[in-house]
Amino acid sequence: MNDDSPILEIKNLHAAIDGREILKGIDLTVRGGEIHAIMGPNGSGKSTLAQVLAGHEAYTVTDGSVTFRGHDLLALPPEDRARQGVFLAFQYPLEIPGVANTYFLKTALNAIRKHRGLPELDAMEFLALIRQKMKLLEVDPALLQRAVNEGFSGGEKKRNEILQLAVLEPHLAILDEIDSGLDIDALKTVALGANAQMIAADGSRRDDRAMVLVTHYERLLNYIQPTHVHVLYKGLIHESGGPDLARDLEREGYARFGFEDELAGTGAR
Amino acid sequence: MSDALTRPPQEPAPDAGVRATDEGRTLDALTSQEYRYGFVTDIEADTVAAGLSEEVIRLISAKKDEPEWLLEWRLSAYRHWLTMTEPTWQNVKFPPIDYQAIAYYSAPRPRKQLQSMDEVDPELKRAFEKLGVPLEEQKIFAGVAVDAVFDSVSVATTFKGKLAEMGVIFCSFSDAVKEHPDLVRRYLGSVVPATDNFFAALNSAVFSDGSFCYVPAGVRCPMELSTYFRINAANTGQFERTLIVADKGAYVSYLEGCTAPRRDENQLHAAVVELVALDDAQIKYSTVQNWYPGDKEGKGGIYNFVTKRGKAMDRAKISWTQVETGSAITWKYPSVLLMGDDSVGEFYSVALTNHFQQADTGTKMIHIGKNTRSTIVSKGISAGRGQQTYRGLVRVMPQARHARNYSQCDSLLLGDRCGAHTFPYLEVRNPTAQVEHEASTSKIGEDQLFYCQQRGISPEDAVSMIVNGFCKDVFRELPMEFAVEATKLLGLSLEGSIG
Ligand SMILES: Nc1ncnc2c1ncn2[C@@H]1O[C@H](COP(=O)(O)OP(=O)(O)O)[C@@H](O)[C@H]1O
Ligand SMILES: [Mg+2]
Repeated sequence: MNDDSPILEIKNLHAAIDGREILKGIDLTVRGGEIHAIMGPNGSGKSTLAQVLAGHEAYTVTDGSVTFRGHDLLALPPEDRARQGVFLAFQYPLEIPGVANTYFLKTALNAIRKHRGLPELDAMEFLALIRQKMKLLEVDPALLQRAVNEGFSGGEKKRNEILQLAVLEPHLAILDEIDSGLDIDALKTVALGANAQMIAADGSRRDDRAMVLVTHYERLLNYIQPTHVHVLYKGLIHESGGPDLARDLEREGYARFGFEDELAGTGAR
Repeated sequence: MSDALTRPPQEPAPDAGVRATDEGRTLDALTSQEYRYGFVTDIEADTVAAGLSEEVIRLISAKKDEPEWLLEWRLSAYRHWLTMTEPTWQNVKFPPIDYQAIAYYSAPRPRKQLQSMDEVDPELKRAFEKLGVPLEEQKIFAGVAVDAVFDSVSVATTFKGKLAEMGVIFCSFSDAVKEHPDLVRRYLGSVVPATDNFFAALNSAVFSDGSFCYVPAGVRCPMELSTYFRINAANTGQFERTLIVADKGAYVSYLEGCTAPRRDENQLHAAVVELVALDDAQIKYSTVQNWYPGDKEGKGGIYNFVTKRGKAMDRAKISWTQVETGSAITWKYPSVLLMGDDSVGEFYSVALTNHFQQADTGTKMIHIGKNTRSTIVSKGISAGRGQQTYRGLVRVMPQARHARNYSQCDSLLLGDRCGAHTFPYLEVRNPTAQVEHEASTSKIGEDQLFYCQQRGISPEDAVSMIVNGFCKDVFRELPMEFAVEATKLLGLSLEGSIG
């Protein structure tokens, strides 16, 4: 890739599911070091955008293009997108009964490392790495031996997504409603992990990484400072701005954009 | 002369399934994996012409130089078999079997009496290598004593010496008839009578070889005993017979692995396994069955009609663990007769049906003694157009006070053209019994797969991981080496079922 090409460049993206168009022409450019928040009421297409970027086969891209670090992202199967550095923290992480969390994560990491021509980590090396990450994120080590997400509480599932993020260290992290249903402690862990992802060892902001935060609560943005904020509604980005935009939304709700405030009564504010 | 001499070896096309995956990427693509053990070995075989009659049975018995009592036993089984009809209650479909079209005996013809492994036919050794039969030195040092059954005749038994020191007898069934006739006569048919069922009766009449094991009182067999079965010659049925006796307080763990070459015609396999665990004895019997399942269109494959049963006396324990990935048809219910007080029976099973495979399998736990306990864990996986039935019987007899059973039957479906069916039969005739049954059916969802892919894991590895996770409770029961093998096998059998 060429050094000044953005991490993610979405042009006129249209996507449909079951023949129904959900995304109706999204344009978005995310550069290294940036954190973009995508906000919008329920049903506006935020998760659809996330899933389309990750390559879920249920969605059909009907028009437009997506470039990831200079390459056509849409041409790749989901596992290759992941291996090249696209990570999606799921709004609803899936359970895989009987498969130990450590085993899952080690398989994932080694698949990615292999793709990048790096040596695979053996059990000891992996353990050392994961211990360090768990300590950083204050994740309960017992989580490692349990089956992937099986019987996890909502908060545990989200922490687990963040642990995976911290281990896999992608170029682009898309966090879909990572804050929903979290208590303050879990929210702090999640923010810690997300912020760590963007900071280099010397404390400077990493310019080879970027993040897209999908949320309909403004609360998360008190913990993770976005550089850009976008308002998505009915499959289109209606307004883009800096962190101030999120604060305006906090104050005025979505009414300011002429659409219904579906946040009312959710206790989100 | 057998077909094996005239037929060119057929090599499988190993990457066909992978290609389908790259194109398809739907939940069905991974199912198209080809059978990897489908080579035919070119060895001179000594085959009796097709057909079944008293004359053929006398011929088999004569070839094996058997005592009169055994010939009589065979003949009475045969006469009884003539009065029986094939069972029809199982949930599988197949065209009628022509029992007169089957050759009932085929033995690789040794060039001379073998003194050591060095003298074994190199072709045969290569076949074993392809199968991964651990006959070589290093494998032996790994602690596996192997009795290899090639077209029903035991070719080589390793590690006999070490076992003999401890009084453990482990040899081919034919050798046992010659060298330990009293033991064989005492226990043969004592768990599965010659008249037990259609296929057991057929086996009793024509069985060609198999394995025999006796562990003396108080002896803990120091290594896993292992037998590999393989059906090679075309149109020969395989009718092996296994008899394992653990005397009072003895322990033995026995591994059975099976493969068969690819052939367009179906082959019948009707084996009988009898386990006898005397007071305080323990027998752990593990099977990885990978008989040729037929091709993607459902052509060819093994018909596997097997009777496996154990008898547990006071405080004895019998565990069956099976991983069944092969065969066109599987009809198999490893059972335990819990005769003795405080005896324990266990059945752990993973059965996988892909393409057009059909399996009707499960277990029978018959509680006769007091305080008897049984555990059943069955994991069924169906992919492609595979059909799978769990059929399990838990019977508590009136005198079996305080019997306990726990059954868990889970089914996993890949795609929507396969099926899973569960028939648990409960017959409790004593009010003190505690019986618990749990069942579940789940599907590998596109979303579960997508989640794995999103973490960089290929769809093939993801399916294999999800399926292995599903089977974990059973794999845990397998001896270490076998667990690794089973995990790999499951991956192979499933490649081509997703994408
Ligand atoms: N699998 C699906 N099948 C059909 N419609 C869907 C599916 N997923 C999402 N939709 C529809 O797409 C629209 C956008 O949904 P989503 O992207 O989940 O919104 P958000 O994440 O912003 O709440 C909604 O109207 C929803 O009903
Ligand atoms: Mg959403």
